[in-house]
Amino acid sequence: MLAINYINEALASIGRSTLALFAAIGRLVIFAASAISHMLRGPFYPRELLTQILRIGYFSLPVVGLTTLFTGGALALQIYAGGSRFNAESVVPSIVAIGMIRELGPVLAGLMVAGRVGASIAAEIGTMKVTEQIDALTTLSANPMKYLVVPRILAATIAMPLLVLVGNIIGVFGGFLVGTLRLDFNAAAYINNTVDFMETGDVTSGLIKAAVFGFIVALMGTYSGFNSGRGAQGVGQATTNAVVAASVLILASNYLLTELLFPT
Amino acid sequence: MSTLPKIDLKGVKKSFGSNHVLRRIDLSVDKGNSLVVIGGSGTGKSVLLKCILGIIQPDAGEILIDGASLKNREEFLSHFGMLFQGGALFDSLPVWHNVAFRLRQGKAKLSKADAQELAIEKLRRVGLKPEVAFQFPAELSGGMQKRVGLARAIASEPSVIFFDEPTTGLDPIMAGVINELIREIVVDLGATAITITHDMSSVRAIADHVAMIHAGKVRWHGEISAMDSSGDAYVDQFINGRAEGPIESVR
Repeated sequence: MLAINYINEALASIGRSTLALFAAIGRLVIFAASAISHMLRGPFYPRELLTQILRIGYFSLPVVGLTTLFTGGALALQIYAGGSRFNAESVVPSIVAIGMIRELGPVLAGLMVAGRVGASIAAEIGTMKVTEQIDALTTLSANPMKYLVVPRILAATIAMPLLVLVGNIIGVFGGFLVGTLRLDFNAAAYINNTVDFMETGDVTSGLIKAAVFGFIVALMGTYSGFNSGRGAQGVGQATTNAVVAASVLILASNYLLTELLFPT
Repeated sequence: MSTLPKIDLKGVKKSFGSNHVLRRIDLSVDKGNSLVVIGGSGTGKSVLLKCILGIIQPDAGEILIDGASLKNREEFLSHFGMLFQGGALFDSLPVWHNVAFRLRQGKAKLSKADAQELAIEKLRRVGLKPEVAFQFPAELSGGMQKRVGLARAIASEPSVIFFDEPTTGLDPIMAGVINELIREIVVDLGATAITITHDMSSVRAIADHVAMIHAGKVRWHGEISAMDSSGDAYVDQFINGRAEGPIESVR
């Protein structure tokens, strides 16, 4: 009898968690749909949009640039070390470029922006909620979805591809620096190898991924902020949720996008 | 001929899970009247205001504005102002933009210069110097933030104003100043006002009518002049701040 009670309790617990998970997914989907529908209907806040593009794109450039620079360099060393086992050291420039542009550039930039921007969006909106600034917006005839959510999501979706484009160039440059200064590649040959093996699809796929990741980061930031609990602890939890959820969704959607963009 | 109340709440109920905050609220405010809602902490006064504003949806009951259900909330809000408990000023905007926020939106939005001029005029109305207009909310004291909140609430000369705990956290002198300002503004604008407060000096300075909420219902409602002789033990305990009485001090 006791064993049956334990089993019932365990099953009920799994059931509750499953229901809570689906309810959370449902709320997120409704929030995202509402945000998208508000993007299509005015009023619009272009000044807010520009401010957010600057904040999300321009001010993330140093952290994304440094991340891709070092990653490009490390990638060159790894590919050289691995390639030398098969006498294939010459593939370093092309693999660095393809790896950065298709995969590492968008994913690393996405994760760094999730940490920098997603957390900041969640903390800002969470604090606004706790201090009744969101209610104040409503009473001042400004829809918080249009004023706070839409500009951030649009800005992140627009700024991320630009950020990744610059990050990719810096990453490839990191590989170039290591390749020429450390691995004794000829500079002109390195550049030729990089450019010759690159295809338009490599670049566009990375930029599509970047736009999706930007959308995810801003969506999770705004959603977590809007659903923040009370007080400092609530805002802190919302910030953590935004970064963790955005990071996991970026990695999961990266796999799905890779399957879609590069069908085998 | 009887005139319709400006705001009329009929049987409004709201629960959060098993917490029945508003059990049945019947309350009305006439046009141009100042109603002060009193009651202990956690009795649902702020929830009541948010239900009227549509920020929280009531579970049951009707909220009538000028005798009709609120169909166009945007329209209602365009003639509405509110002073929030903590000010709720937008940290990222300078004071002038906070004050003129509503007037910088929509098709008829004011130019930056006109909005600054109007904000400075409203700030002067609440006793703040023009220089304050170009500071950020974080640079101001609590009392100044309340005044800026008040300036924002009256910027569009609303016909309905809500004040949520207008004197909380202020010293007695500043509280007196804010009370006087609220009374003056309500009289000058001829606005309908609802104020929530625990501060009895605010009640006496601001109210035409007083309603006491207890246990999710309106316990007493009457003119301010009748409050001291209401004959209601709950009202009596609350306005005299006594620990002994029908209201439990441990809630």
